[in-house]
Amino acid sequence: MNLLDHFNYYVVITLMMVGFYIIMARNNLVKKVIGLNIFQAAVILMYVTMGRVHDGTAPILADGPDVVYSNPLPQVLMLTAIVVGVATTALGLALVVRIQENYGTIEEDEIRALEDAS
Amino acid sequence: MTEDLILRVVTKVLTPFIMLFAFYTQFHGDYGPGGGFQAGVILAAAFVLNALTFGLPQVRKALPDRIMIIGTGLGVLLYAGTGMVSLFRGGNLLEYGVLDHHSPVHGQHLGILLVELGVGITVTSVMWVIISTFMERAVEDAEGGEG
Amino acid sequence: MTYVDAFLLTLLVITAVSVAGMRNLFAAAVFFGIYSLLSAAWMTVLDSPDVAYTEAAVGAGISTVLMLATLGLTSDREKKDPILKPLPLFIVLATGMVLLYGTLDMPAFGDPMAPIHQHVAPHYLNDSPQEIGVPNIVTAVLASYRGYDTMGETTVVFTAAVGVLAMLIGRRQRPSEAS
Repeated sequence: MNLLDHFNYYVVITLMMVGFYIIMARNNLVKKVIGLNIFQAAVILMYVTMGRVHDGTAPILADGPDVVYSNPLPQVLMLTAIVVGVATTALGLALVVRIQENYGTIEEDEIRALEDAS
Repeated sequence: MTEDLILRVVTKVLTPFIMLFAFYTQFHGDYGPGGGFQAGVILAAAFVLNALTFGLPQVRKALPDRIMIIGTGLGVLLYAGTGMVSLFRGGNLLEYGVLDHHSPVHGQHLGILLVELGVGITVTSVMWVIISTFMERAVEDAEGGEG
Repeated sequence: MTYVDAFLLTLLVITAVSVAGMRNLFAAAVFFGIYSLLSAAWMTVLDSPDVAYTEAAVGAGISTVLMLATLGLTSDREKKDPILKPLPLFIVLATGMVLLYGTLDMPAFGDPMAPIHQHVAPHYLNDSPQEIGVPNIVTAVLASYRGYDTMGETTVVFTAAVGVLAMLIGRRQRPSEAS
């Protein structure tokens, strides 16, 4: 078994874990949303790499014998996932704006302290 | 909003090209990369560029909020409506083959065109509504002088 | 793996890690835009122009503008806070190990015999010219074969606009008035 066969998964897992770390370790809510987006882009990359075929081309019909196309299905699913992802990001950021207006801070531990104090 | 002459001129020159590219993406999506989702985002990006350069009120004159909010629902309705029409013509929901008497392939073309148009309308309006709402808050913030 | 892959992936990892280490949120948002554009570039290399197109327009365009707009409404500095924390680091490393163990059974990159290429994809690729007649198979699958899916996604996008309007429009409450 060749280790390089799976290089796409190694990179994608690294990116996912960087996003995961930002979500868990950072207190700032905007930073958490950025981490969530990094994680999401990594998942999208994983699906797209799975659809790839050696010596293939984009799934747009071309003339010529024996053209190998890459798999269109993961591409379709990820295309819609990206747009839904930005919609949910917008919703999350709107929540962050409202939290800032109500608490005066977007640091998670400060919000928690304010909640405990009240 | 900026007073920078270079930005204002470049925005004016670029806007028609960005919008034309968005429409190309929308209607050429059957033959090359592209479709309603991408076209909607690019068209919204043209509006956002103008709003950043000339200020939100200028863009609102051309795109009243009321119309854009109607647009968010109109696209979904167009999509679902296309599905319902094929249902009433004897097919299944979203089975576009029955939309044309002569050949199912033509029906498919028509269905895909309408559905992609619905997606494009919704995505354009939603992206613009979201970003303009955020920008409006920022303007209020500057006027309110606090927060 | 080609040199192009290696170059793009190195840059991707560097960008992601530097976002994690940044305290300036403005810089982090811009770096996220760069990260999106780099992943779009790699998607083009992976033969998926449609996804790359969307990612470049959405991730590097709209998402970044939204984040910058939020920073304008909040603050662009993060509070002083240690970057490395032992417990999250341990959880992340453990999860990463489990995921790496999971890749052992995955098919190799670009393998044409992988299970994913044996299911419905051959049907889409072989029959869509007769059934749909649209050269771009991604559009054919998106709008016709999987029309329900896309209808749901469009509704989700619509719902997001409703949610943002519900939260952000109208008279704003200030902390003094809220209590």
